[in-house]
Amino acid sequence: MKRRALVMAAGIVVLPPAWATPEALAAAIRSFTGGEPLREGKVQLDVATLVDNGNTVPVTVSVPGAPAAEVAALALFNERNPQSDVLRVDFGPRAATRSVSTRIRLATSQQLVAVARLADGSCWVQRVDVVVTLAACIE
Amino acid sequence: MRAWRCALLALAGLAAMAQPLPDGRRSGFEYMGESTRAMQRDDALNPGMLWVLEGETAWSQPVGAEGRSCASCHGDARRSMRGVAARYPAFDTARQRPIDLRQRIADCRHKLQPQAITAGDAPPALALQAYVAFQSRGLPITPPDDPRLEPARERGRQLFHQRLGQLDLACSDCHDAHAGRRLGGSPIPQAHPTGYPIYRLEWQGLGSLQRRLRACLSGVRAAPFAWGAPEWIELELFLAWRARGMALESPGVRP
Amino acid sequence: MARTLITAPSSARRGEVITLRVLLQHPMESGFRVGADGQLLPRDIVRHFSCSYNGERVIAVELFPAIAANPYLEFSALALDSGTLDFVWEGDRGFRHSEQRTISVA
Repeated sequence: MKRRALVMAAGIVVLPPAWATPEALAAAIRSFTGGEPLREGKVQLDVATLVDNGNTVPVTVSVPGAPAAEVAALALFNERNPQSDVLRVDFGPRAATRSVSTRIRLATSQQLVAVARLADGSCWVQRVDVVVTLAACIE
Repeated sequence: MRAWRCALLALAGLAAMAQPLPDGRRSGFEYMGESTRAMQRDDALNPGMLWVLEGETAWSQPVGAEGRSCASCHGDARRSMRGVAARYPAFDTARQRPIDLRQRIADCRHKLQPQAITAGDAPPALALQAYVAFQSRGLPITPPDDPRLEPARERGRQLFHQRLGQLDLACSDCHDAHAGRRLGGSPIPQAHPTGYPIYRLEWQGLGSLQRRLRACLSGVRAAPFAWGAPEWIELELFLAWRARGMALESPGVRP
Repeated sequence: MARTLITAPSSARRGEVITLRVLLQHPMESGFRVGADGQLLPRDIVRHFSCSYNGERVIAVELFPAIAANPYLEFSALALDSGTLDFVWEGDRGFRHSEQRTISVA
């Protein structure tokens, strides 16, 4: 059953198809990488593959193993939310491990894309598919 | 830090929390994914703690014409409120009927501040409810052995087994007969009120048991009873009896 | 005043990696939800978070509507000297909230 057909009660997400496109995702990633090609590896995305509720999904993006000074920035993108960006992180001189944990919203089952931009300009990616179940019995 | 003091005091009870009982009763905690359970277990991660902190501040805040606070009469909540949430709903002699913790806190608040808004899940009252419930974390749910509660508890039991709504389902149809199985991808818990008030991920906020039960009725396409209706208290009384002995986890996190 | 729950050590050894966890009470209204009247609820989110250690940047985060309500962030810093940790959140409708924690490093 399409989520848009469920728009009856207050607080339901409206998903206009114009925003949730692969082109928008690619554009968002490009704005972070500056067009640098993505290579698989180095960056790690920790997220449950089956989440209890799409409203609050704990995630961790990290670059384990790489010396801290090597990693300049991290970013997380999504495939099917109305907006492709989730968060962008810049590390400063006092940062220790290149890792950030937070909690995100996922409108539906989709792919998450984590990208790390290293000090040498190279960009690394990891993609994870996440299944989101809807909560039963909501107001 | 205040939060750490609260957490340290409750540490003793943490080990007892959310353990399945030999009779097969399990808290909703057990049905959640590991990352959601981690969110509840760690006070630094638990969003419900934001409301507990708010309640801690409200506890000592002078209000009303005489500038008194909860602390003026009840002192340190860690001592005076320990075990209180675990034995609600309880019989209110003044009204000659059972009341829930929210009503009890509202009655006190109105003594200090007659205009205070305490209906439903109003923010300051909800924060106080979270703070008071937190003082019983780790303690077993202990419904009072009060014969005056029996008629209401029996009505609650009947409500639990009564088919409601367009879907014509009773609470027992899902939560007794099909607990542990799935409803459209979501696990069906046994429906024990072990974590209230809970931070429900669906609400992205804290809410009371009454709010959650309203969602249950909407879920079976029944019109929920009005806020504060006696049916809710009757159901809560029965649910507390059904969950007797299970540890309170307030503030719980639930999907 | 926004409520926060900050978990930061009050002391550390020199060179130790310390974990900082911050939780802010904020609705993070995405701007994509529809209210009971059928109108779009306006966006109201925290857009930036930064942490500094004795004035030097630890981390700067750009948050988007996909960050859950009551935003939680966990990151690490290098404990090099005693001093102050500054945490700043900024967002829509002129939202700005800052917190400080002291740390002693031996």
